[in-house]
Amino acid sequence: MTSDFLLSLAQAITKGLLTGMVYGLMALGLSVIFGVMRVVNFAHGELMVVGMYLAWMGFEYLQVSPMLSLPLIAVLFFGAGYALQRAVISPFIGRPEHQQFLLLLAIAILLVNACLAIAGPDSRGVQMESQFDSYELGPLVFDAVRLHAALVAVAIAGLLWLFFTRTRIGKSIRAAADNHMGALVVGLDVKRLYAFTFGVGAACVGAAGALMITIIPVTPFLAAEYTLLAFVIVIVGGLGSMTGALLGGLLIGVSEAVAGLLLQPSLKSMVSFGILILVLLLRPQGLLGKNSQ
Amino acid sequence: MNLLHRLTDGVPSRALWSLGLFLAALLVAPAVLGKYGLSVLILILYFAYVGQAWNIMMGFAGQLSLGHALYAGLGGYIAAGLFFHYGIGPWLGLFAAVAAASAAGAVVGYLGFRFSLAGVYFALLTIAFSEFTRIAFDHWGWVGGSGGLFLKVDATTDWLNLRGGPVLFYYVILALAVGAFILCRLLLESRLGRYWLAIREDAEAAQAVGVPVLRCKMIAVVISAAMTALAGVWNAFYYNNLFPETAFAMGRSIEFTLAPIIGGLGTLFGPIVGAVVLTGLGEIFTDLSEFFHISGIKQIFYGLALLIIVMYRPAGVWPWLADKFGFGEKRQ
Repeated sequence: MTSDFLLSLAQAITKGLLTGMVYGLMALGLSVIFGVMRVVNFAHGELMVVGMYLAWMGFEYLQVSPMLSLPLIAVLFFGAGYALQRAVISPFIGRPEHQQFLLLLAIAILLVNACLAIAGPDSRGVQMESQFDSYELGPLVFDAVRLHAALVAVAIAGLLWLFFTRTRIGKSIRAAADNHMGALVVGLDVKRLYAFTFGVGAACVGAAGALMITIIPVTPFLAAEYTLLAFVIVIVGGLGSMTGALLGGLLIGVSEAVAGLLLQPSLKSMVSFGILILVLLLRPQGLLGKNSQ
Repeated sequence: MNLLHRLTDGVPSRALWSLGLFLAALLVAPAVLGKYGLSVLILILYFAYVGQAWNIMMGFAGQLSLGHALYAGLGGYIAAGLFFHYGIGPWLGLFAAVAAASAAGAVVGYLGFRFSLAGVYFALLTIAFSEFTRIAFDHWGWVGGSGGLFLKVDATTDWLNLRGGPVLFYYVILALAVGAFILCRLLLESRLGRYWLAIREDAEAAQAVGVPVLRCKMIAVVISAAMTALAGVWNAFYYNNLFPETAFAMGRSIEFTLAPIIGGLGTLFGPIVGAVVLTGLGEIFTDLSEFFHISGIKQIFYGLALLIIVMYRPAGVWPWLADKFGFGEKRQ
């Protein structure tokens, strides 16, 4: 245990924490959608990749920084998610899981191959000057882009929390999630609330995509990986729990970074899956999930 | 004769004749079809066979597995590894392959069922084990790591070592598919099959009336894993190469689920009809995409087709077809 090693470990942990916040925002979208509608969004990673591509296009063709295009992407994703829920997913609510799975799988295939058709298989990244900036805190060095992305992710998660606890529609959505029948009885338009929820979940993942593109380049093949990653995070944190998704994101972000340091980088997701298996067996409701499924 | 009686009991003779004709056509198909036609038929039978295996778990017992590539991958790697390193032929190697996959199935199943994981949670556990194994094989030298394992391509027909041309592999996969069909029919008619359906519909109620739920689920996962391992062995010797990236891929697991879901979950003909529909569509879209020169266009067609089928025939194609043509097999 040299101090060199300890420093690089601390460095890996900070890096993991920062990336983990963006992971958390991505997983938050999945968690919100599942928590309210009990629909598992198997196209989540695909949405993430679409968000990354949109931010990349904005940068490449219009010279707009991903941080600036983020609000627009989030709004766009909200609209698309709203429409998708209304037009396609709505009849599948309450249907057997394998039918929902197939539906979202079909959507995932369409999204990822549309990206492939438009942007090609090469990896696309943004080159910004701030990518070489860094902040120093004692011996620790923070990448500027990573830190900015993490801060924005936390801010968005905070906004989401305000939305669900302070606004009328946010409260209605939570009511519909808690008691579907009760919500119908008191006259809430549950179908519209569901569409709103899918829109909010999509906006989260779209925003996460815009942040992620500042950290790593995108290829269409990342999509399936992100879907799995989002699942791992929400299961570890607790499906349907917002703080759980953020905590899961941090945990997986750190475990990936530390595993990349201590083991071979290609083994890093093995650690995530190991954590997933342990959580599923020992605490299937997740670290912060409620007891009943 | 008792077995034959149990197989055909209650099946209208019209359906039996159609089945007989269908099987006869499949038996003479290699003599009639060209190289391309045969390769398509081989794909159909392969997906029908693994679909049948997966259907036992999901269609009969109601347990959603999205990690069946684990069993196919293990089976293929073990048989191919034994042949590659020690010259042990696949007919012997398949026992090791089936044993390993059954053991893996038993472990995944026991852990999942013991802790009452259901639905998406169980599905994620199966994915996690499959992904875990994929990464482990990527780093395991004996099976060639991420560089892959290659069998020597040999066109001389050698039944003992499963070496030869497409016709050999056609008859092997045909035998497997027919065997799986008969096995599934027998299982469905058995007490165990009834127990599975009861568990699928309502596990708690089944438990309450005395169905040994855990044991029945375990039997389902072990049978399903063993059958899938055979598909893996066949696949490894047919294609002569194995990579962890594809052998244990989640995409492969998903491929296994499509034929039974599209065809009609829980039905005997669903996996077969689904395999015909999906393979047929795949071939058509491959031809169609030649015109476009856009990467991903084939998959876009494929995704659209899946979307349309699941939106308009959510219970699958076969129940609808059976209804139209008056074959009354309902989803049990």
